[in-house]
Amino acid sequence: MSEPYRMNFTVDGENFTSAGDASGRVKKALRQLGFSPEIIRRVSIAMYEGEINMVIHAGGGRAEVSVFDDYIEIVLEDDGPGIADIELAMQEGFSTAPEQVRAIGFGAGMGLPNMKRYTDEMTIDTEVMKGTRITMRVKTV
Amino acid sequence: MSKTVSELVSELGLEALALTEGERELKGGFTGDLLSYVMAHLRSDEAWITIMTNVNVIAVASLTDAACVIVADGAEVDTEVVQSAVQRGVNLLRSNASAFELCKGLAQIGL
Ligand SMILES: Nc1ncnc2c1ncn2[C@@H]1O[C@H](COP(=O)(O)OP(=O)(O)O)[C@@H](O)[C@H]1O
Ligand SMILES: [Mg+2]
Repeated sequence: MSEPYRMNFTVDGENFTSAGDASGRVKKALRQLGFSPEIIRRVSIAMYEGEINMVIHAGGGRAEVSVFDDYIEIVLEDDGPGIADIELAMQEGFSTAPEQVRAIGFGAGMGLPNMKRYTDEMTIDTEVMKGTRITMRVKTV
Repeated sequence: MSKTVSELVSELGLEALALTEGERELKGGFTGDLLSYVMAHLRSDEAWITIMTNVNVIAVASLTDAACVIVADGAEVDTEVVQSAVQRGVNLLRSNASAFELCKGLAQIGL
């Protein structure tokens, strides 16, 4: 297997405006690499939801996207409060987002379900008070 | 019958805040204001009708590959949001009509 093509990003915990910059850049790079619009759409939506979660719930974090021969991997890592009950967090509609976040259209409790919906594999490693790492893979062949 | 975004603008009398890719063909429409809900359900090349106007709308439209965003009810749109639409190549349109009236309009022009 050849060396994967990698992209690294820091996700600013302070603002919602720059959330989406990383997924926007990934979208552009994947287009240049010649992936199909459907693959690009799935990867960039999953990544955007993860970015937004790090902004809303974890005060920012880091993202890495790697393009392997037969899949694209997205790793999102933060040093936030962690997720106490993963099963509950995965339920559509469950959200601890504050009111001002809902006012701008987020906090519907569908971010994690969307990440699962648009990827082929998703694992959540999390520890309360330590942080969360979410690894997602989208098959490309 | 297929329509381009430019045809939509002229036939429904929409205000074009950013028309970066007027030749895009529309494949349908979707209306919603909860951004994750839109990301779950809006398909590529659809017109997205919404009353949300913050900058995240542009990111969502770009990532979901919406053909255009139509802001309903003449909602106010900041210049920063228009600039973001231009930068990201998102067609951003506006109308004083309600989301319901806009859906009827899309149906009337054959979508
Ligand atoms: N990175 C994270 N760190 C801590 N908690 C998180 C993180 N991501 C998600 N959560 C928790 O899981 C819940 C559900 O997430 P999600 O489905 O994206 O919905 P929403 O973001 O709309 O609340 C959040 O409300 C939050 O409690
Ligand atoms: Mg979320």
